[in-house]
Amino acid sequence: METLISDINGKIIQNWPEIRLDQGQYPTLHVQARYLLPVMQVLKDDPDFYMDYLVLITGVDYKSSLGCTYLLNSSVGNHLLVVKVTDIDRNDPVVDSVTHLWPTANFHEREIYDLLGIRFEGHPDLRRIFLDDNWVGHPLRKDYNDEVNVIERKL
Amino acid sequence: MKDADFKDTDTLDQLMLEKHGVLFTTIDKLLNWGRSNSVWPLTFATSCCGIEMMAAGAPRHDFARFGVEVYRASPRQADVVVVAGTIVNKMAPVLKRLYDQMADPKYVIAMGACAVSGGPFFYNSYHVVKGVDHLLPVDVYIPGCPPRPEALLYGIMQLQRKIQRETIVNKYQKPEEVMKNYDFENPLPE
Amino acid sequence: MSGTGIEMHGLDIRPVEGSRPEDQEFEINMGPQHPSTHGVMRFLVRLKGETVESVTPYCGYIHRGIEKMCESLTYPQIVHLTDRMDYLSAHINNEAVCLAVEKALGIEVSDRVKYIRTILDELTRIASHQLWWSAFGMDLGALTTFFYGMRDREKILDIFEETTGGRLIQSYNIPGGLMRDIHPNFQKRTKEFIRYFRPKLKEYHDLLTGNVIFRNRTVGIGVMSKEEAIAFGATGPTGRGSGWSCDVRKRLPYSAYDRVSFNEVLMAEGDSYARYMVRMKEMEESMNIIEQLIENIPEGNYAEKMKAIIKLPEGEYFQHVETARGELVVHIISDGNKNPYRVKFRSPNFSNLSVIDKISRGMKIADLIAISGSLDLVIPDLDR
Repeated sequence: METLISDINGKIIQNWPEIRLDQGQYPTLHVQARYLLPVMQVLKDDPDFYMDYLVLITGVDYKSSLGCTYLLNSSVGNHLLVVKVTDIDRNDPVVDSVTHLWPTANFHEREIYDLLGIRFEGHPDLRRIFLDDNWVGHPLRKDYNDEVNVIERKL
Repeated sequence: MKDADFKDTDTLDQLMLEKHGVLFTTIDKLLNWGRSNSVWPLTFATSCCGIEMMAAGAPRHDFARFGVEVYRASPRQADVVVVAGTIVNKMAPVLKRLYDQMADPKYVIAMGACAVSGGPFFYNSYHVVKGVDHLLPVDVYIPGCPPRPEALLYGIMQLQRKIQRETIVNKYQKPEEVMKNYDFENPLPE
Repeated sequence: MSGTGIEMHGLDIRPVEGSRPEDQEFEINMGPQHPSTHGVMRFLVRLKGETVESVTPYCGYIHRGIEKMCESLTYPQIVHLTDRMDYLSAHINNEAVCLAVEKALGIEVSDRVKYIRTILDELTRIASHQLWWSAFGMDLGALTTFFYGMRDREKILDIFEETTGGRLIQSYNIPGGLMRDIHPNFQKRTKEFIRYFRPKLKEYHDLLTGNVIFRNRTVGIGVMSKEEAIAFGATGPTGRGSGWSCDVRKRLPYSAYDRVSFNEVLMAEGDSYARYMVRMKEMEESMNIIEQLIENIPEGNYAEKMKAIIKLPEGEYFQHVETARGELVVHIISDGNKNPYRVKFRSPNFSNLSVIDKISRGMKIADLIAISGSLDLVIPDLDR
């Protein structure tokens, strides 16, 4: 764990000083959307990190912006790392895709595009996965209003 | 009609005999005996209720003894579609197409809370059809989440009794004539 | 069918554009309703003769919007929805949410609860593998396996029903412990079941594992290398069949798994036969785990005292569990209210499905059934 944090400080925060390291349940890196792809490249290729297993990508709707949270794991070291991107613009949400690094991201990013509307640059096949192609709107957003289908009740 | 009378097959026979006469009743009885004792379902299971449907076909609660002998994969060869599981907006046109492809006489059993009324997904879900009777005319509703296999067996027995009430006399009446004689106070045939 | 971009109706077989008739290239729709009942899943298979060139899965036919629904429910109510996601490991799904909530509130449950949760987990795993074995044999044409597997599975469902009240869907875990204490017959019946099932497992091997037809249909079919499994995130028995040691019970132990000793079953070949053998051996390992725990369930509370309205402190919480199909991760983002801000379930079947295109290229179309049977998909978990 200590080596992980010192590695992060040495290799990542040195090169991109705007990135912040936090400590929640797992060490959390707050990355800006424009630095996402180089940071992920370092995390995957560098032999000290060797994060070759992308566990999940969660799309979140912070009310002022959108965000993605990546959870990375390594098959040799068993260390976990959370990478959070929180400043995706709400009106034109675009962020880089990591599909060429981890093929499992293909389906995860399609799901986020479907339910939240974030477009991923460089994704080979970005289309809706769960809902119909002609569905209007992105349901997981907080301002999604659908009178036809939803019967609302707060419990 | 009282529930106790409905369950007693002798009363049903007596009522039909009084109404339609011996000849038609014998033909009716023959056809209904054949149809009710060999309803073959379509393989259609979307979610958890499908497993309880498979368990009802398993050795412990065997429903082959009720005539539900084989599952037919093709809708053209099936008699009943047991809608087991949640139906969502994307699946609804597929189910309607399957039902249209089935040949008459066909029946629908809505199994489980999700098929009856949307079930646990009734509130706050944007993609669930709140009950399969928005799509198809349902004959038997089986509540439960999931219903026990014994409940499915009871539902099949109710369907068999419903089939035994059918008659070829009124079957080919025009809809307008049926509605003219329809008694809204006592809808069930006496 | 609307909304899928490609108009295909039922059993349409249409030639690929730009191909000549002697190329024999066409596309087939394995539609949402098909007899190898894994749920509702649509595969668009592009064939050249009988050889598969590509498989495109279309999901969403059972997408119920569970993650959106959770944002308007309280934490104990979410537990009931997780039952219906991967219904064959219902107890393990419940445990994931309960452990996340307990970790966030800093509550330590008693040892009794941990032991009982682990025993029920392993019983659920055996029941799920029994159903998988029944369905796998049935898909390949061996109908006997269906009857044998379901007959033995009913014995486990009897144990569940006596203690928890439900056969398939239990909702026995609540944040803080269990809903009620176990039935007095629980230990006796579980021990009886293990005595009954060990010789039956040998019968299963006699029936299917050595069969020439079965071996021809599964050995060398759908080979997945270890790097591919890691890259696609295929965890669970699917990944362990390719040699990737990804068992969450060993890597990030929870409940009573750090007190029992069991082997993690790994196979190196990565074909359907390896995945099959991993699951059969896992059933034995589960029985070993239960035997270690069933004698000495300690006394204690079956539930801790919780407030009537549960509010998690602000922050993000993760919990990893090992379901019968792989690694389930529950990610809860809370902003201090009694409803969560966002709940995300990382379902194992979602990632397991993404390998199917890669590993079925070059196989025949009949092998596609064997491959999807050996991946053991439960579609409602995929679509949530």
